[in-house]
Amino acid sequence: MSSEDSSIAAQAKALGLHRVGGRPPFFRYLAQTWARREFIWNMAKFRLVSTFTENRLGMAWLVLQPVFNAIVYGLIFGVLQGDARPPDYPARVVIGVFFFQFFRGCFNRGARSIINQRNLVQSLAFPRVTLPVAIVLEELLSALPSWGMLVVILPVMGHWPSVEWLLIVPVIILSTLFNAGVALIAARITVHLQDMTEIIPLVTRILFFTSGVLFDVGRIFDRWPWIVTIYDFHPIYQMVQLARSALMGIEVDPLYWLYFSGFALVFFIVGLRFFWSAEERYGR
Amino acid sequence: MAAELHIDPDRNPVVIVDDLHVKYRVHSSGRLARVGRKLVKRNTVKTRTVHALKGVSFVAYENESIGVIGSNGSGKSTLMRAITGLLSPASGAVYARSRPNMLGVRAALLPTMSGERNIVLGGLALGLTRPEVEARTEEIIDFTDLKDFIDLPMNTYSSGMSARLKFAIATLKQHDILIVDEALNVGDRRFRKKSEERIRAIKDAAGTVFLVSHSMQTILDTCTRVIWIEKGKLMMDGDPQEVVNAYTGSVS
Repeated sequence: MSSEDSSIAAQAKALGLHRVGGRPPFFRYLAQTWARREFIWNMAKFRLVSTFTENRLGMAWLVLQPVFNAIVYGLIFGVLQGDARPPDYPARVVIGVFFFQFFRGCFNRGARSIINQRNLVQSLAFPRVTLPVAIVLEELLSALPSWGMLVVILPVMGHWPSVEWLLIVPVIILSTLFNAGVALIAARITVHLQDMTEIIPLVTRILFFTSGVLFDVGRIFDRWPWIVTIYDFHPIYQMVQLARSALMGIEVDPLYWLYFSGFALVFFIVGLRFFWSAEERYGR
Repeated sequence: MAAELHIDPDRNPVVIVDDLHVKYRVHSSGRLARVGRKLVKRNTVKTRTVHALKGVSFVAYENESIGVIGSNGSGKSTLMRAITGLLSPASGAVYARSRPNMLGVRAALLPTMSGERNIVLGGLALGLTRPEVEARTEEIIDFTDLKDFIDLPMNTYSSGMSARLKFAIATLKQHDILIVDEALNVGDRRFRKKSEERIRAIKDAAGTVFLVSHSMQTILDTCTRVIWIEKGKLMMDGDPQEVVNAYTGSVS
């Protein structure tokens, strides 16, 4: 941007040429991304299908893996907590683990979405945001069978389907927005700092054990009410609690809907802007 | 320095490279040094700056296929990466009419997916619709002679096969700017002829193609203009035969 080439810059602009390494305005970028929706959809679909075909049990793993996770962590934490175990513990754990799994997948794999596709990014010109978004879509599609399993699992635990179950739809929509925001932010940071691929799995593991997926916050932190207050503003805890309130009717502060909607929108919009503002740097 | 850049008002410029400087910061590993009588390796990590391009300027117009020649390490690939936007200039600037697509010698686009899925996803990424891609898939398979391999993952392809497929995918869409960085060198003779034809077709349809190659024959057969770069500087820019003659004269 030195002054000496300002005349060339002006001429280039008049001729309809843009400075390479710039990025389109935000809303045009979103429009370009929307025009690539078929790319996003097929990317997610192809990758999902290829994971089925690689394993002998194929699509069954989409259900088996979260079920096994829920059993293993549920048992271990169930025993460890003893009397502090909340009522209706198995149902809580199953719902918690299934929804956390969606978050973890988006965060871990979204972070790698650019650096793992460097060849594609360096070769073809397309809005890069399609790559993390495709990961989120793939994670959403692969979570659907496990959520479907809840229709079978929960009645066994005494929770019969009711009209309230429909509330799970907004929970899923908000979770998707929130997770997408997290994935976009993680994808960009990982481009700047590759070490994130080692750090993020650690972070998701810590979040798994601290976000109230496996325990009742009110009981465990009984003596420290300020910690319980912190959890009122913990988006992952809100996500899990809202899912539980929809499917098992536990009491949840109605404000959680407001808070989590706020978190979801803010993360999604901030994530998009944050990712877009480094568009020209991906692939370097 | 920028003054020497002249834009022809009668032609449509597609790329303007204006006094482009590119510098790399590289970490050089510790050097061997003598301490007393012992030869030890110093473990200090130093960063070194490599001045890869030193003030390159030119204008590329519609209907041009520009050959880029020069010895190894002269800055050809750096220039191509700067035009694509993969490297940012230390000073100067590159202006382009659209975001270029670049074919390099690197591996597959989506290594674990089949050739066919690479075609579909590559085409969609370039902005084609699914029916458009499907309508042209047969043609690509014919063009690349990969009929028997198209359902295999791309990481099982030989470098020649991979280059053929990537070239075919990148030329699916009518381009403004296509950069081919030594990607055709690994192809066999038959494919080289076909790809040269396709490059000419892109050029004729108001596109601009940059072709980096060490094969002077390919350059002379396909290019309407040649740029010679040496040690990060533009040595010569003009008629293919003249520039190629000057270059081969300088190295022999």
